[in-house]
Amino acid sequence: METWPIYRVMGPDANDEDRVPDPVKVKIYEDMVLLRTFDEKTITLQRQGRVGTFPPSIGQEASEIASAHALSKEDWLAPSYRDHGALYVHGVPFENVILFAMGKASSISGQVRALPTSIPIATHLPHAVGLAWAARRQGEAVVAMAYFGDGGTSEGDFHEALNFAGVLKAPVIFFCQNNGWAISVPVRWQTASPTLAQKALAYGVHGQRVDGNDALAVYQAVKAARERALAGEGPTLIEALTYRLGPHTTADDPSRYRPLEEWEVWRQRDPLVRLGRYLAERGLLSEAEQAAIQERARAWINRAVEAAEATPPVDPTAMFRYLYAEPPPRLLAQMQALQEEIG
Amino acid sequence: MAEINMVTAINQALAELLASDPRVVLLGEDIGVNGGVFRVTEGLYERFGRDRVMDTPLAESGILGAAIGMAVGGLRPIAEIQFMGFLYPGLDQLISHAGRIRHRSLGALSVPMVVRIPYGGGIRAPEQHADSAEAYLVHTPGLKVVVPSTPYDAKGLLYAALAQDSPVAFLEPIRLYRLGRMEVPEGPYQVPIGPSRVAREGRDLSLFAWGAMVPLALACAEEIAREDGAEVEVVDLRTLAPVDVEGIGRSVRKTGRAVVVHEAPMTGGVGAEVVATINETAFWWLKAPVARVTGFDLPYPPYAWEEFYLPGSKRLLKALRETLRE
Repeated sequence: METWPIYRVMGPDANDEDRVPDPVKVKIYEDMVLLRTFDEKTITLQRQGRVGTFPPSIGQEASEIASAHALSKEDWLAPSYRDHGALYVHGVPFENVILFAMGKASSISGQVRALPTSIPIATHLPHAVGLAWAARRQGEAVVAMAYFGDGGTSEGDFHEALNFAGVLKAPVIFFCQNNGWAISVPVRWQTASPTLAQKALAYGVHGQRVDGNDALAVYQAVKAARERALAGEGPTLIEALTYRLGPHTTADDPSRYRPLEEWEVWRQRDPLVRLGRYLAERGLLSEAEQAAIQERARAWINRAVEAAEATPPVDPTAMFRYLYAEPPPRLLAQMQALQEEIG
Repeated sequence: MAEINMVTAINQALAELLASDPRVVLLGEDIGVNGGVFRVTEGLYERFGRDRVMDTPLAESGILGAAIGMAVGGLRPIAEIQFMGFLYPGLDQLISHAGRIRHRSLGALSVPMVVRIPYGGGIRAPEQHADSAEAYLVHTPGLKVVVPSTPYDAKGLLYAALAQDSPVAFLEPIRLYRLGRMEVPEGPYQVPIGPSRVAREGRDLSLFAWGAMVPLALACAEEIAREDGAEVEVVDLRTLAPVDVEGIGRSVRKTGRAVVVHEAPMTGGVGAEVVATINETAFWWLKAPVARVTGFDLPYPPYAWEEFYLPGSKRLLKALRETLRE
């Protein structure tokens, strides 16, 4: 009988050593602070009507940030809607994330090797398999990593993707953030499996549970999965155990479905506080330095918001520009009609 | 030049594309060792190997989803859906992703993939093997939809499909696979996506058809010429999305009468789109209401009924004569 221990690097229950280079640890901390600050700010902006519905990742910063730091910029990301943190690490600036929340930009930008965030659940997992396969065919030493949540493991595409990846031995990582809740539905109503990682077993795929609030464990687990994939040893399903401390999006109220006691327990496991304490104890980042990082993050995010809000309104006809390399005549006629309508 | 049927023409195009472009990858159910249930991919696995001609797990969403990833990642995948009736588990991939990624990434990414889909009835197939579901695809922004009705167009449209920066659904009329041969050149050539083809010139009525309805339309046009002395123009649309607005309008402005024929159910079918296009481009030239001859608003029936379900010459001739009489 296979057991599914939880991989940990930080704290008294650690079952592996910390091999993360010190500068990487500090950078992960800085980016986690940035993401927390960004999410708190954006929730405020949403309440003020300055951005649209927004899915914050408060409580999941270790999983979001450390996982992406374990990748190369050449690797492909197939994110879902709560993964602006991972996208930021991979190369999408927060200004762009704000513009996306304002409905004015794509969820990706520049030359970043990522798909637009998938809004339907888990239907992007097969894309990661295809991206990984394409990379291998073209002789690139890169992997593809798909981000999704506990609810995603109930979708058919989760199973089709793992099955495909297993058969092809594709260099792909399925990174599942089990944050306890799919909007209002708890994991125990999502599946009768005791763990999500064990679903890998049925597909001949390596499965692993990781403490998703342990940034260093997340980093090392993804690194190891990446190395395994590049060595031709096939895909990995990582179940990162974490918790969504905030709402699913700014449009819902978790107190309607989620017991406060559970939230209190997880609030004590705040991944940001945990990494901060770990770094302070090892003399890598003092409390004063951490306070300075938080201050810089606030100023930086405020500037990003100002920059985003200073962008001009969208060009109404710009939406016609991208669907085809050459828009067909009827679409061009529709664009001209809109142009005339707005004068 | 060799005279070949549509299966051979598509097989030839696939072989040439695999040989000339290392980015081309074929994937689907039973397309490798078995050469496809219709033998369209016969011999390709042996020639190009398992990494280029991939027998996949039996999962339509997985096939189309993986093809999307491959396309974004720099390959030129050609996926096969075994029968159009099995497309629906994968339809979400086309609607939610393939058709949108270019738009959602504001042009940064594109999905140059081809989905080959045998479709249509008339071959006494088991249930759910004879659907004509083109309307779902045509209604999906970002997706191009083509339907050849001749071996020449099949090969040329396949070349054109693979050269697109967009996903293309390539519908193969099962009934025409082996129904006739024609000269098809070896080597590359493109039949452009967009323009329709006037399959038979005529001055009295425009008959719009695609796929397996084109030979029926031509046969009925000949009969009308013989029996009624009227000349029906048969327009093979070939591309259903983006539809040839100009070509439809041009033909009806010339003839003043129109009929559209398709196998799929009437309600919400592509025929309705053709009628609306006529309304927009040729209304003041019309001498009679535009008629639709289609499958019934039913699921495709068990094959003992298919001769009654599918538009045949009796139903089409009646509509042509009524439209000519008005």
